[in-house]
Amino acid sequence: MSEIIKVGMADLKVCISPNGVTTLGLGSCVGIAIRDPMTKIGGLAHIMLPDSKSIRGSEGNIAKFADTGIVELVRLMEAQGAKKSRMTAKLAGGAMMFAFQNKSDLARVGDRNVEASKQKLKELGIPILAEDVGDSYGRTVVFYPETGDFVIKAVGKPEKVI
Amino acid sequence: MSDISLTNVTQNYYDVLKEIGNIGAGNAMTALSQMLQCKVDMQVPQVQLMEFKDVGAIMGGEEQLMIGVYLAIEGDITGSIMFLVKHDSAKHLVNKLMMGMASEGPEFNEMELSAMREVSNIITGAYLNSLSMLTNLKIYPSPPSLALDMAGAILSVPAIEFGAIADQILLIQSRFSDDIEIDGYFILVPDLESYGKILASIGVM
Repeated sequence: MSEIIKVGMADLKVCISPNGVTTLGLGSCVGIAIRDPMTKIGGLAHIMLPDSKSIRGSEGNIAKFADTGIVELVRLMEAQGAKKSRMTAKLAGGAMMFAFQNKSDLARVGDRNVEASKQKLKELGIPILAEDVGDSYGRTVVFYPETGDFVIKAVGKPEKVI
Repeated sequence: MSDISLTNVTQNYYDVLKEIGNIGAGNAMTALSQMLQCKVDMQVPQVQLMEFKDVGAIMGGEEQLMIGVYLAIEGDITGSIMFLVKHDSAKHLVNKLMMGMASEGPEFNEMELSAMREVSNIITGAYLNSLSMLTNLKIYPSPPSLALDMAGAILSVPAIEFGAIADQILLIQSRFSDDIEIDGYFILVPDLESYGKILASIGVM
């Protein structure tokens, strides 16, 4: 029996085939799905902010940031037997939910989350196979380490698989 | 002086913040009830300190379709206030405002969205006004910005703001409803420093 593991905001989970992993209602946050195709070990991180270093008092939840969250997910996957050299990634989220007029930094947090995630994956040498990011709508995602399918659902839009 | 951290939020602070939510949302409800010309009930506000992973589910699940109106708060305190209504209930609200002239079906046309923005502007204005009177702090809301989407995606916005300074979120939530059709929420999320200012202004810290 396979199950779908749920990941909350500022949270991350490792998932081994045939199970899947999901996060609901991604807004400006970014969902980073990573997979080792050989072992079929996967994982999903739901990060809220780009950078742990620019934030004061950030000693707590490392799943909250793109930089620390991705590193932690990779570490947990390796602990299960995945190899970093084989890993690939897919991204979703990073929307701008509200059209702010003057809080430009906050309005761009979705974009900045995407950029920071790409930067960190590049540093780790993990290629990005596909992405569905930006725009102004929320996304629910489900990731299957068995196939690498990353299913994306949004309100009023057809479901797609990247 | 007005320093607050999430580890020293005492029962006393909770009670005061709850009362703030009560007064603010009470004024907002009065404004709404006058506009709709019907009775609107309010539940006792909740002041909640919660993990980010739980935030998306506070209003019936992350995927609950909602209309959320966001206003940034500026002035002596900063943060945000949101007015959220479940999608079908928002349609009822708009229909009442437009004297039963709203369009058929679940979609919202531009005029209906504009009506939602305007009603949100007025009632959050009433909320913040009463907060400002109570605390003697200057509080200015930004123009309202609207999203029709999943609750989780909408609530990620105040969560991210708060996430920049803390690992949990402290929010003041008020729920209101009329007899059957309307079901909505206010969420006031001052940033951490502003909580201190609010509490200090009423003399509790």
